Amino acid sequence: MSVLSGIARRVGRRLLSSIPALLGVVVVTFVLMRVLPGDPAVFFASGPSAGKEEIEQIRHQMGLDRPIPIQLARYLADVATGNLGHSLTTGQPVTQDMERRLPASLELTFTALVIALLLSVPLGVAAALRPGSPVDHAVRMLCTLGVCVPTFVSGLLLIYVFYYLLGWAPDPTARLDIFASTPPDITGFYLVDFAMTGDWSGWWAAFTQLLLPAISMALFVLAPLARMTRASMLAVLGSDFIRTAQSVGLSRRRVVITYALRNALLPVLTITGIVFSTMLGANVLVEKVFSWPGVASYALDALLASDYAPVQAFVLLMATIFVLVNVLIDVLYGIADPRVSIE
Amino acid sequence: MTDLLRVEDLRVSFSTRHGMVAALHGIGFALKAGETLGIVGESGSGKSVTSLAVMRLLDRAGRIASGRIVFQGRDITRAKHGDLRSLRGAAMSMIFQNPRSALNPIRTVEQQIVDVLRAHKPITLSAARAQALELLRAVLIRNPEQRLHAYPAELSGGMCQRVMIAMAMACEPALLIADEPTTGLDVTTQKAVMDLLAGITAQRGMAMILITHDLGLAARYCGEIAVMERGLMVEQGPTATLFQAPKHPYTQRLIAASPTRRSTLADLAQGEPVAPASVIQRPPGTGPLLDLRHVLKVFTGDVRAVDDVSFSLPPGGSLGLVGESGSGKSTLSRLICRLIDLDGGDIIFQGESISAIPANDFHRSPRRRDVQIVFQDPHDSLNPRFTAFDCIAHPLRRLEKMRDGAALTTRVHEAASRAGLPMDLLERYPHQLSGGQKARVGIARAIAPRPRLLVLDEPTAALDVSIQAVILQLLDRLRKEDDLAMLFVSHDLNVVRMLCDDLVVLQHGKVVEAGPSAAVFENPQSGYTRSLLDAIPHFDPHATAPLLQVAEG
Repeated sequence: MSVLSGIARRVGRRLLSSIPALLGVVVVTFVLMRVLPGDPAVFFASGPSAGKEEIEQIRHQMGLDRPIPIQLARYLADVATGNLGHSLTTGQPVTQDMERRLPASLELTFTALVIALLLSVPLGVAAALRPGSPVDHAVRMLCTLGVCVPTFVSGLLLIYVFYYLLGWAPDPTARLDIFASTPPDITGFYLVDFAMTGDWSGWWAAFTQLLLPAISMALFVLAPLARMTRASMLAVLGSDFIRTAQSVGLSRRRVVITYALRNALLPVLTITGIVFSTMLGANVLVEKVFSWPGVASYALDALLASDYAPVQAFVLLMATIFVLVNVLIDVLYGIADPRVSIE
Repeated sequence: MTDLLRVEDLRVSFSTRHGMVAALHGIGFALKAGETLGIVGESGSGKSVTSLAVMRLLDRAGRIASGRIVFQGRDITRAKHGDLRSLRGAAMSMIFQNPRSALNPIRTVEQQIVDVLRAHKPITLSAARAQALELLRAVLIRNPEQRLHAYPAELSGGMCQRVMIAMAMACEPALLIADEPTTGLDVTTQKAVMDLLAGITAQRGMAMILITHDLGLAARYCGEIAVMERGLMVEQGPTATLFQAPKHPYTQRLIAASPTRRSTLADLAQGEPVAPASVIQRPPGTGPLLDLRHVLKVFTGDVRAVDDVSFSLPPGGSLGLVGESGSGKSTLSRLICRLIDLDGGDIIFQGESISAIPANDFHRSPRRRDVQIVFQDPHDSLNPRFTAFDCIAHPLRRLEKMRDGAALTTRVHEAASRAGLPMDLLERYPHQLSGGQKARVGIARAIAPRPRLLVLDEPTAALDVSIQAVILQLLDRLRKEDDLAMLFVSHDLNVVRMLCDDLVVLQHGKVVEAGPSAAVFENPQSGYTRSLLDAIPHFDPHATAPLLQVAEG
């Protein structure tokens, strides 16, 4: 019980202390958007021939003719009440757009992260168990390749091989085949929604659609995760308590998995949080290549159109997710490592 | 009776960047069931390598080049890992130095003991748990039911070592190897842990190899002693004979350098000039150099780390601060150095209160150069990017604003020569110096600004006995030549007795006993001081007799 309340207290403290940072993010993005060249009023006027008067009118409607501090104050008041404004490109409230697109991005990123972890942890362990061996060098080369090849290149390569040449993968556009029926909107995660309604053929279709973009994302983050696992595993394998475990005759499996790996995963956990947050926002290329209707490509389109509201909302969303993921990692760390919760 | 363990002409070498380096040059010994063997020697003598080789736990770089290890009639020199696994823990097990890091930090005590039991016996989880509890009882841990669910970080060092002992004896092995099992523990804890080890091994008829640098400990708990020097076993024999009539010159040197109940500084280092060059005569009736009045330091959680401590130290005097870890002796020394602020009381230095100056500003005070410190670890307290010259010059540059030039060089050379540091070593970096040389750099740095008071925080704890003896003599000579007062913080009562005129014994932040060293040692007034004195292992061969009888009987 006291453990739970301790965790709750720590979570509360972390969330409270992140509010100033989030506020800073909102203000900086807001100001940055205003000082960047580009005028949304011109972009959204009826056409290239629109008169000065019409543009002025749009500016007035959008409140762009007021001083920036007043615009900022109004924006902050809106954000506080949960109103993130309207997207001028889609004509929808930004919150609604985000609600629709965020699950797509999250589903893709989660899957990619799971694939990356399933690959990188065993690879890192294998490399650490025999440092300097051919296995170690092979893992190092694979990681280097993963980092060196940009995601859009690896994405296109995957499409070329598995869709065009082999024909194993479905048409690499969007989350589901255009003629297939989408699942009922329960969570927004297709895999979860299909599973909940018991539509397994739909689930398989969504899963195969998800696989290629997820793999190309996973390849990119393989390196930090595998290298971290290897380094951390090497350090733990050299520590005193591993020698103790060997001196009392524990089986190799137990020494490597229960004693070494569980300790070695602690720093990997921290890196995983950072990797996840980065993947979510930075993999706009994958979303573009696979026409994935995610938040990152949405934000990019908005940015190109000088559409302020979605960009600001996107940055705020990413910052919030970053905070939440870090808090989650902290809690997990506290559970995994008793030394943290003792303090 | 056949030998339980027989090591024949064992040679071990390590591959390093400079090629293969031999660590053991062919050593041999034998041990029968139930016997106790002490392997003693200074750092680098190869005693730990010997124990790791017997357990076949040498790391990747280490290799058994030749020789034979025969355990229970089986040659295990080239045994496969699968075969070793069934031996380790079940037939032979090991206890390591630094018990805290020897236990898995994220598994509970119960889980770790159960792991050992279930690795060797086909028993159920609940049976293993019950046995784990029994084992904790056997190693005399208080509240064993609660401790079962504790993580190593929640236990004290002594407690962790007891858990380690419980794990090592869980499957009743025939041989227990203890590698410096009590180094880093307090004397009273050391005694408790060693008594426990001796009792358990005697009771269950287990043989024990005790690896230690402490001759007293080996003498007290072992029937046989083997002395190692630079990868060779130079002498071997029954404890009493070996200590009474050591044959090898190295053994003789080692015994001479080890402080005992009656030894003096002159006894420790043979052949070294002891007499100070000139002894400064002080006019009588001068006031104290340092005067502490009701000093108080409270840490968060209302812990009184230093509670109403008063004592004084005359110019050129020497005072030992003695106590176990947590007694407040280090906090007190930091208060006197003005590295932390007082919460009450007063510190008077040369008739002037220095307790009002905030610790953060004390470096600007002219008193800063008058109080200098020699730290415990000679390696970690030197900047690895500074040469020995720069280390010694650092306080002169900072406190006396000296610029590079002839004057600075002269002062550095003077300090180095007074600390006995050869001039050709001044251009070296700390990693290129030996432990004793680094200790000399630390002392030279402290005396360079010509302080009035030297605070020494366990200055010889990390050094081998033969080097410790030389350093202690150096300190004694400096004190007499310079009229330099010394405050000596130590857990080693023998060292304090030889070096200090007066003694202050601390417990839980309070002074439990104070007075002239000789008097306190001869006739301790408090029970705590007596228990500290009793816990010191010494190698008076006759004193070991009763314990050995228990072990053999």
